[in-house]
Amino acid sequence: MNQLTIAIIFYIFAAVTVLSAAFVVFSKNIIYSAFSLLFTFFGVAALYVFLSADFIAVTQVVVYVGGILVLLLFGVMFTNTIMQTELKADVLHVVPGVLLTLALIGGLLFAFYNASAAGSWMPGMMQLQGSVVERIGFETMSRYMLPFEMVSIVLLVALLGAAFLARYDKAHKKEH
Amino acid sequence: MLTEQLLSIGLNHFLTISAILFGLGMFAVMTRKNAIVILMGVELILNAANINFLTFSKYNGSMDGVMFSLFVIVLAAAEAAVALAIVINIFKTFKTVDVSRVDTMKE
Repeated sequence: MNQLTIAIIFYIFAAVTVLSAAFVVFSKNIIYSAFSLLFTFFGVAALYVFLSADFIAVTQVVVYVGGILVLLLFGVMFTNTIMQTELKADVLHVVPGVLLTLALIGGLLFAFYNASAAGSWMPGMMQLQGSVVERIGFETMSRYMLPFEMVSIVLLVALLGAAFLARYDKAHKKEH
Repeated sequence: MLTEQLLSIGLNHFLTISAILFGLGMFAVMTRKNAIVILMGVELILNAANINFLTFSKYNGSMDGVMFSLFVIVLAAAEAAVALAIVINIFKTFKTVDVSRVDTMKE
């Protein structure tokens, strides 16, 4: 593939990501926000493929779209009865929020572009190429062994705690 | 010169997208009242951080950022589960998920 094709595909996915993220934030209807988040996650996964992190892209689709998004949708359905028209979500402090957000994005972009223009960081000689699946396997079983095990315990404990918290009310009532 | 910069996808392109995603996520966290939309904003922020990790990892040639982003995804899953359990409990107690009306501790 030549450079132009790659650039066009990149810009399409970048536009999908940014526009759907903006829709998530600015939409008044929470259901629309949740479904728009789907496109954001897919767009971000596509950007991960551009960064030659194919395994992370697949993980992103499986975990975010298959897990977190379903959980969020479940929360939306659970805490808002569909029949009532109170699916709208109000906002507060819009003007300071917009100003702070613009300042934040501007500051970040200024820092990034300044640093790259001044040559503070530049692409290294050895960039990641192709697939990283094999290298992730080696790293997980060698240098990142301990964090890998720790994160598995954290996930187990957090999920057990979440299950307990979500049905705490029922157990509490039985005691009395 | 400018078209050349626009066509060769590099470090700054990904950093720009991540900065925009981070700003939008912060906006959701700062201004929305619904707790679930705030959670969505947090997910956007985590995704922005992940894009940064992977970008610097690719252009540095090391695997550290890739591994770190894997751990970020795992912790994001744990965070979403616990946060939703808390939101459901808030809904049971207050009959609303509007965070500006959850102010019992304020008095």
